[in-house]
Amino acid sequence: MGNAVSAAILTRALRDPASTAGLDANGWTTLLAIARAEQLIGTLAHRLDGLPMPQAAARILADARASAEQGRVAALWEAEMARRALAPLGMPLVLLKGTAFVAAGLSAGMGRHIGDLDILVPRERIGEAEAALLVAGWEWVKPDPYDDAYYRRWMHELPPLIHRERDRMIDVHHTILPLTARIRPDAEGLIADSLPLENNLRILNPNDMLCHAAAHLFADGDLAGGLRNLWDIHCLIAEFGTAGLEARAAHHGLSSAVARAARQANHHYGTPIPESWRVWDSMDPLFARRLLARDGWGRQTRKLTRFAFYLRSHQLRMPPLMLARHLYTKWRKGHVPG
Amino acid sequence: MRHVTSLRIGPMGFRIGSDWRAPIAALDDLYRDYPKPDGGIPDFNVHLFAARPWRRFIRPSVHIAGDFVIPDAAPLPLEMGLLAAEMGMNLQMALGQRRYLLLHASAVERDGKALLMTGISGAGKSTLAALLMARGWRLMGDEFALVDPATGLIHGFPRLISLKNEALPVVQAALPGARFGEIMEGTPKGTLRHLVPDARAIAAMAEPASPELILFPSFGFAAEEREVLPSEAFVRLTQASTNYMSLGERGFDALTGLVKAVPAHAIDYPDTDTAIAQVERLWGTR
Repeated sequence: MGNAVSAAILTRALRDPASTAGLDANGWTTLLAIARAEQLIGTLAHRLDGLPMPQAAARILADARASAEQGRVAALWEAEMARRALAPLGMPLVLLKGTAFVAAGLSAGMGRHIGDLDILVPRERIGEAEAALLVAGWEWVKPDPYDDAYYRRWMHELPPLIHRERDRMIDVHHTILPLTARIRPDAEGLIADSLPLENNLRILNPNDMLCHAAAHLFADGDLAGGLRNLWDIHCLIAEFGTAGLEARAAHHGLSSAVARAARQANHHYGTPIPESWRVWDSMDPLFARRLLARDGWGRQTRKLTRFAFYLRSHQLRMPPLMLARHLYTKWRKGHVPG
Repeated sequence: MRHVTSLRIGPMGFRIGSDWRAPIAALDDLYRDYPKPDGGIPDFNVHLFAARPWRRFIRPSVHIAGDFVIPDAAPLPLEMGLLAAEMGMNLQMALGQRRYLLLHASAVERDGKALLMTGISGAGKSTLAALLMARGWRLMGDEFALVDPATGLIHGFPRLISLKNEALPVVQAALPGARFGEIMEGTPKGTLRHLVPDARAIAAMAEPASPELILFPSFGFAAEEREVLPSEAFVRLTQASTNYMSLGERGFDALTGLVKAVPAHAIDYPDTDTAIAQVERLWGTR
């Protein structure tokens, strides 16, 4: 296992860019394929910018930088479109994840791939927000009544909306974890303590950004694409430190997720964390293994580990009976996990 | 992946991995004169794989993926493994190309100057490019032409030429000495056979050319020609590009630069002899 190909080649390059000097053509091929699969190639391109490397690799990474820059412009434009649509309502509009990082110029945004626009609004006003977005040209994507009803009753966000002209998705959140999860972060606190940007858009305060990233990675989902989330966590800790983080995480009920996020970031990326946080946890090696499960083509490996995390993600999300009913409905509709 | 090969087409390097030997053997045969990726580092990876382990052997069906994937891409039977590999490479270009503005167009070159031909599937892009190659033009590609936003030059992508249905006998007659792949019947596009570009096209594949003329051919109509204004050419070429949107301002600048500098004509033609005569005349009077 020790010398098998894994995404460790990518975490090593991100952690210590100069280490890529030792890569041969196969090493570069593997590194680039895995970086693409983890949607970290733009981040890698920024980390390695200016270092000596083979010309072919330099060209590919230059493309990735240009592509990420265009992605940044498009993401900011999308945020501006949402701001204009919701401005008449006068409600606080908090940007989340990638768009927030680039809007605030944080290091986590450097080269970051940004897919959908994620925003947070007060729960009691989410109906108004949805109506305003529909008027402004966004449309429902989920044609399935079960999915739609599921989102509205149990999720932490509206069913995804897509803009009919720009073909971009928006996820409108009212909190950061599904309502079915046992953990209930303080959504009102997230908005109350958010910080304004110049254009009236808002971002979470840094400790809440970290709580959100950790919740997303370890208290929700099956860790697919987790190295990118973990890189966000690494950058946020490196940029803002950990002062007050423990208390804030406890306030949201996310102590364990945040502690695990910090340990994993430290393990994979060398993130500076307080000595007292570096405790031994029997599950950490399994998480590390899951995060690195890629072959030399960027394909997912370790099917069994992944399946275990798939089950875990659902168990975190909902109580057993509800889970059984949900999986049965999905299975009848032909959904296959993994 | 069990079987692997790598090759370069124009400026782009590919690594193709497959669960089966046959598609890789077909690539190694037909692409035998092509160079390897620059520095041994490919720009894109293609995966040809069985969705379930036993499907390698029982009714083998080839799924196509790679660095860039579309959900629900239909698999192909193993007899069409070469086509699957070609589709996999096209898919990477269509979804992942960010260095060049990618135009769905064929291109040929004479005296360092490029002629671009674009149109819907069935318009005759590949056929006309192959016939012009037979008449001494340098083939730059039958599917994609790459516009360099930095220089405005056209880079070729001379992959195997994909000939379909009634075009096959016409091109075989024009190029009796050429190398062809196996005939594939019943593909999603009908009967299909690959043609290996000539030695000159392969030897000069990395040489760009300056764009000189854009044609919009349409097959199956009485012979006719009309000039296409830059505004119309611009709109038609945005539709013929898979990455115009994702290149943002670079794409806009590259495309407006192209249509402002290069004349464009639409040509309708009833048969290929007529089309070739139209092309040669428009090239001579441009």
